[in-house]
Amino acid sequence: MHAYRAWDPARAEEIMGPLLALEGPLLPILHALQGEFGHVPEAAVPMVAARLNLTRAEVHGVVSFYHDFRAAPAGRHVLRVCQAEACQSMGATRQFADLLAQLGLDAGGTTPDGRLTVEPIYCLGLCATAPAALLDGEPHGRLDAGRLSELAAAA
Amino acid sequence: MKVFVPRDAAAIAVGAERVAQALSRVAAEKGIDLTLVRTSSRGLFWLEPLVEVETPQGRIGYGPATVADAEGILDGGAAAIALGLVEEIPFLKRQNRLTFARAGITDPLSLADYRAHGGYKGLERALSLGGAGTVDEVKRSGLRGRGGAGFPTGIKWDTVARAASPRKYIVCNADEGDSGTFADRMVMEGDPFLLIEGMTIAGAATGATKGFVYIRSEYPHGIAAMEQAIATARQERLLGADILGSGVSFDLEVRVGAGAYVCGEETALLESIEGKRGQVRAKPPIPALRGLFGQPTMINNTLSFAAIPFILAEGAQAYADFGMGRSRGTMPVQIAGNVKHGGLFETGFGITLGELVEDIGGGTATGRPLRAVQAGGPLGAYFPPSLFGTPYDYEAFTAAGGLVGHGGLVLFDDTVDMARMARFAMEFCALESCGKCTPCRIGSTRGTEVIDRIIADRDRAANITVLRDLCETLKFGSLCALGGFTPYPVMSALTYFPEDFGATPLPLAAE
Ligand SMILES: Cc1cc2nc3c(=O)[nH]c(=O)nc-3n(C[C@H](O)[C@H](O)[C@H](O)COP(=O)(O)O)c2cc1C
Ligand code: SF4
Ligand code: FES
Repeated sequence: MHAYRAWDPARAEEIMGPLLALEGPLLPILHALQGEFGHVPEAAVPMVAARLNLTRAEVHGVVSFYHDFRAAPAGRHVLRVCQAEACQSMGATRQFADLLAQLGLDAGGTTPDGRLTVEPIYCLGLCATAPAALLDGEPHGRLDAGRLSELAAAA
Repeated sequence: MKVFVPRDAAAIAVGAERVAQALSRVAAEKGIDLTLVRTSSRGLFWLEPLVEVETPQGRIGYGPATVADAEGILDGGAAAIALGLVEEIPFLKRQNRLTFARAGITDPLSLADYRAHGGYKGLERALSLGGAGTVDEVKRSGLRGRGGAGFPTGIKWDTVARAASPRKYIVCNADEGDSGTFADRMVMEGDPFLLIEGMTIAGAATGATKGFVYIRSEYPHGIAAMEQAIATARQERLLGADILGSGVSFDLEVRVGAGAYVCGEETALLESIEGKRGQVRAKPPIPALRGLFGQPTMINNTLSFAAIPFILAEGAQAYADFGMGRSRGTMPVQIAGNVKHGGLFETGFGITLGELVEDIGGGTATGRPLRAVQAGGPLGAYFPPSLFGTPYDYEAFTAAGGLVGHGGLVLFDDTVDMARMARFAMEFCALESCGKCTPCRIGSTRGTEVIDRIIADRDRAANITVLRDLCETLKFGSLCALGGFTPYPVMSALTYFPEDFGATPLPLAAE
C-alpha cells in the first residue's frame, strides 16, 4: 500500500524539477505527481502548464485522456481485476461482478472506509495463468471467486 | 545444490516468491548448501511455479510447486510433481527457440550470464558489417514486424537509414495491449539485455543515437527489469558513447504508458512520448521519415527487436530457414485463456492452428470441448474448430479473415457466449477509441446497443443488417485498426456462432 502525501505545491515543484530536461516530459511528470499524491490534483494542472509552456486546457486534455490518471486519490489499496478476453474465458466477468456485489461497489469504486478501490484493467500479460489481478502492483493468477474475495479482504 | 526459481511476474502470480522463500528456509534448517538462482520463465505457465534442480544430466523440473513441496524437492522426493529433464518436456522440446533461447535458463539481470549465453555476438557482427550490411542482413532474414501489421522490418530500417537527418530515434513498442499476449513482457522481464542489444543494433545500423522503450504501466515488473538492465548496460559502456570501441553512440530511456490501448498504435505512441493525448496521426508522413519530434524514427515491436541479435549473430539465412511462404523465421506464439497447457511456444511459421491449440495447448483447462479461438488479440477474429486446419502464416490467416497479429491465441470452451464476446469487442473499441473518427467513437457504442437488441430478439433480421452496415462503416471509415478491425471479432462471432445471437436460427449465409 502507499502512503500518499497531501497536496503540496512546493513538493510538486521539487518533483518536476529534474524531469523538465527530459524530451517529452509531460507523462513522466504526471506519473511522478500521481506517485506522490495518489492522483493528479486539479491544482497541479496550471503549475505543470506554466513550466512546460502549455495551456491549462492542453494539460487537462492529456490528464483526462489516459485511464491511469486519477482526479481523486484511490483507496489505500487498489485491486485491479483483469476483464480482458483471456481472463473472461476463465470466468473473470462473473467473479468481478460478484466481488463488486459483495462489497457493494460499482466498478472503480472505493469502500466507504477508504480501504480498497476495485477497478477493471485490460490485460496484465498473465493470460496463461488467468484469471489475473494486481493488488497494489503485485500480480496474482489462477484466481477463483474465493481467492479473489480473499485478496480483497486481505488488503 | 543449485536450484532455479523463475522471477517472471506470471510465476510470482502463482506463488514463486513463496516457494523460493520456503526452499531457502528448508535448506537452512537442514544444513543444505543451497545456491538459489532467480531465472526467467521457460514459458510453460501451467507448470509454474516451476522449480529446477541442477544435476549432471541436466536440470530436473518440479511443478507446479507449492510451499509444501520445498522439502521434497531438496531431498529428491516430491515425486508427484517431478517432471524429469526439463528440456525433454514435449511442449519445450518441440519448439525452435531462437528469440527465447535463454528463457528459463539465465538470470535476466546478469550481464555476465547474458554474454555467457551468446549475448552481444549480434552487435559485434553488426558493427563489423557496418550500417548498410546490417540492414541488408535484416532484409534477407525476411523478418516481418511482430507488433501486428507484419510489415517487412528490413524495408523500414532501410528507409530510416537513408533518411538524412542529424537526429533520429529508435522506439520500441512495448505497449503489448492485446489480451492473450505476454511475449514482450517475458523479453523485458526475462532477457532485457536482448532487447537492449537489438535496439542498439538498430541504432548503429540507421545512425540513430537515442532510443525509447515505451512500456505499458500494467507491467511494473517489466519496467523495473528494463530500467535496471539499462543502468547496468550504461555502466558497462554497452550504452552511451563509443560502444565497444566502434565510435557508435546510443542511449536508451524507458517511458511508461498510462493505460490507453490505442497508444500501442505507432503514431499514437509517438504522440504519447511527446506528452500529448494518444491520438492517431494520419499517414503520410510515415514515422520512418517524420516520427518522434518530427525526426526519422524507427518504431518496432519488442519481438521484432528481440529477433535481431540472432539474425546478426547466426546470419539471415539461419533465421529464414524457418517458416513458410512469405512468413519467415519463428513466431513466439502465446497460447492463453481456457487452455490446459498455456504458455509460450516459439515455432517456425506453417504449423496449423489446430496443432497449436489441441496438440500443444492440450485443449481447454476445464476439460470441456474447445469451441472458439480468438487469434491476434481484441481486433482478431474468432476461429471455430472447422478452421483449425489454417496454417499459422500471415497470408493464410488473412485469407481466413483472421490475424496473426502479435501472436496471441485465446481459447474458449463451450460455455462461452459468443454474442457477449462480440458485444465486448464493440465495448472495448468504445472504451479505447482515441476519438478522432466518428465511426469508431460513436459507431462502437451504437454497435453494443444493436447487439443487445439482437440478443433480446428485437427486430433481429433488421438489426443484423444494421450491425453488418455498421461494421462496413467501421472497416472503411476508420483511420487505424482499432476502429478498422473491431468488425473482425464481431462478424466472425456472428458468422460462425449464429446460434448465440438469439433463439431462432438466423437467416444468415456464411460470408
Ligand atoms: C489499436 C492498435 C494497437 C496496437 N498495439 C500495438 C502494441 O501493443 N504493440 C505493438 O508492437 N504494436 C501495436 N500496434 C501496431 C503498431 O501500430 C505498429 O504496427 C507496430 O508497432 C510496428 O512495429 P513492427 O513493425 O515491429 O510490428 C497496434 C496497432 C493498433 C491499430
Ligand atoms: S479508428 Fe478509432 S482509435 Fe483509430 S484513429 Fe480513428 S478514432 Fe482513433
Ligand atoms: S487477459 Fe487477463 S491477463 Fe491478459
